Amino acid sequence: MIPELGEFALILALCFSGVLAVIPLYGAATLNVLWMNYAKPLAAAQFTFIAISFVCLGYAFAQDDFSVQYVANHSNSLLPLQFKLSAVWGGHEGSLLLWALILSGWTLAVSLFSRNLPLDILARVLGVMGIIATGFISFLLWTSSPFLRYLPRFPQEGADLNPLLQDFGLIVHPPMLYMGYVGFSVAFSFAIAALLSGRLDASWARWSRPWTNIAWAFLGAGITLGSWWAYYELGWGGWWFWDPVENASLMPWLVGTALLHSLAVTEKRGVFKSWTLLLAIFAFSLSLLGTFLVRSGVLTSVHAFASDPERGLFILILLLLTIGGSLTLYAFKAPNVKSESRFGWLSREMMLLVNNVFLTVMAVTVLLGTLYPLLIDALGAGKISVGPPYFNALFVPIMGLMSIAMGVSIAARWRQTKLDVIKQNLLIPAIVSIIFGLIFPFIYGDGFNFKVTFGMTVSLWVLATVFSEFKAKFRNAPNIMTKITQLPASYYGMMLAHIGVAVMAIGITIVSMYSEERDMRMAIGDSIELSGYQFTFKGTLPIKGPNFTADQGTLVVSYEGETVAILHPEKRHYTAKRSMMTEASIDAGLFRDLYVALGEPLADGAWAVRVHFKPFVRWIWLGGLLMALGGIITVFDKRYRAAKPANLEVKHA
Amino acid sequence: MTPKRKKRLYIILALVFGVGLIVGLSMYALNQNINLFYSASQIAAGEAPVDKRMRVGGMVVEGSVNRSTDSLKVEFALTDYEHRVNVVFVGILPDLFREGQGIIAQGTMNAAGIFQADEVLAKHDENYMPPEIAETMKKKQIEASQ
Repeated sequence: MIPELGEFALILALCFSGVLAVIPLYGAATLNVLWMNYAKPLAAAQFTFIAISFVCLGYAFAQDDFSVQYVANHSNSLLPLQFKLSAVWGGHEGSLLLWALILSGWTLAVSLFSRNLPLDILARVLGVMGIIATGFISFLLWTSSPFLRYLPRFPQEGADLNPLLQDFGLIVHPPMLYMGYVGFSVAFSFAIAALLSGRLDASWARWSRPWTNIAWAFLGAGITLGSWWAYYELGWGGWWFWDPVENASLMPWLVGTALLHSLAVTEKRGVFKSWTLLLAIFAFSLSLLGTFLVRSGVLTSVHAFASDPERGLFILILLLLTIGGSLTLYAFKAPNVKSESRFGWLSREMMLLVNNVFLTVMAVTVLLGTLYPLLIDALGAGKISVGPPYFNALFVPIMGLMSIAMGVSIAARWRQTKLDVIKQNLLIPAIVSIIFGLIFPFIYGDGFNFKVTFGMTVSLWVLATVFSEFKAKFRNAPNIMTKITQLPASYYGMMLAHIGVAVMAIGITIVSMYSEERDMRMAIGDSIELSGYQFTFKGTLPIKGPNFTADQGTLVVSYEGETVAILHPEKRHYTAKRSMMTEASIDAGLFRDLYVALGEPLADGAWAVRVHFKPFVRWIWLGGLLMALGGIITVFDKRYRAAKPANLEVKHA
Repeated sequence: MTPKRKKRLYIILALVFGVGLIVGLSMYALNQNINLFYSASQIAAGEAPVDKRMRVGGMVVEGSVNRSTDSLKVEFALTDYEHRVNVVFVGILPDLFREGQGIIAQGTMNAAGIFQADEVLAKHDENYMPPEIAETMKKKQIEASQ
């Protein structure tokens, strides 16, 4: 009964979003206030019914209702409750329902925090979001309903959730990522609404900025969590694999980063308007492309989701309609856009344009590497795969150039900057960062290493320019405390995010260059030394978990004779799925991680053991989180106070 | 030309140059770093080059996995149900590596016709078969029915 209620609620939600897609937009076109006013209640109704549907599915999981196919395939009566609930988005159907829930949540949030928005713009924004929701809910209902039953005979026990997903990381990673993906639909809708209304002044940039920033922050946090999850859960200690599914989330993030910088210029200076619109369209289109790539199974990936060509086709059509429709609209309306001001060669506008070009190029690079195998296959020219060396070869130099530009753009002023001013502000950071970069490999490593010098110089350059700019703010301030409180929140957010970039770059440089890894056959009592740490294998013991059995190993780690950590890696056997899982054991630290994973049992109680020494690996995720935090802080800026956009979305996560 | 147009021209030229450079570099990097996929039959027919990085996919032959007793060296054979290719790998195999399971190995072919893998990929789904293998097998079926 409850699952049917869920399905019924979903159908009702589709009806509401169908109406939302038509009435307010028509009202805005004909200036009918009554029809435009329908947008808000419709958004609320749509959210309510999707939420009911979502709760129904959650209830089916909590009650172990294995007559529901989706529950039977993704749960098990022995699964701990928190995993039963997170299993709601552990598969295709449920994760799409989460997509729809978050989309309607964003729609509701826009309708609630929009008191300073003109009615016709609000009606158009909500209407466009209604169109997107209509597409997605139809997709859910027609190709992937999570409420289908096994009737009359249904299994007594569920097939269990994929063991890889039985983890805290999965509870938070997908909702965060989806908040970001779907959040770009708000920026997209604002862009479309602006194009439809023809009012492309700075105000639309101001309205869509907080939404874009917060969506970008969620996406960044989601990617960071995903990277962290892959690191400890996949058991081979990598934090980024250039896997198509990862790339699918990185592309909208890169374009989103370009978008939020471009939006800043559009709001402040009234230039780059059409470029900003285009970025908003592409950020969301890439989110859709990501969904398509992940869900259609066209790409070989470590994320082996069950895939279905019919579903792929549906998303592909949605994608083509979105891109085609919005670009057509853009082609008709964008030529009318006029810039409101001018800028010189050495200006903040120009530096942000350079930043945009770099970010876009990076996104194109990733897109090319991700789609190239598909293209070659479609042309019948053979099966290929593009490996990490390609991405690294292009990404690292572009990242480096962009970081250099970042430092300059912080020192540059709007309109035009005198070369002397730039020189004066950047000379000290440049000297400091180069010296630090040259010295670092001698102190930390064992001799000169160009890559380390490059990475550390660039990272320190970003940090040093941020601090020198911050210090310059106080040059003429009579009272430091008042000045600190006077600076806007968006300024602090920016600074924090830029520091995050530097922290991440430091982490990436050091972990890539100074990691040590060894795969070893270890008998009981064997020990191995890695970067001064002595790892001694003490054998394994069988243990039993709620839905698995495992061999738990014990390794004692000592440094200069003193025990630092006792690690317990596990090799788990999940009974219901009959699958093996490696559970790595990590002694985490700010400056180094000790990482141990069990391979397979060998003769005489010996095991294949993988041991890693990972310096500064935490800095990568710390940097990612700082960037996300920076994005969230900007939303609390006084300029947006009247709109207060930040509070609600968090609750909807 | 007005100064404004001149400036625009410079911007456009710089963009064209930059984009050209980037596309050129990308294509170069791409060509250096793509890994072609070969099936066991293609290797048996001698199509695979020696000492070039590539991928080989197939099902692990039942009973072919042979672990060395004193190191992490493993030998096994892959098949596309027509030909076999012998693979050597040193290291820890993924959790889902099993006899009868479809896997992909990445590495180089040596002169003796043995594939030296430096990476073995198995998918986290017990029914998974690499699309490349699925396709080769489908082709085989079609040929067989003709």
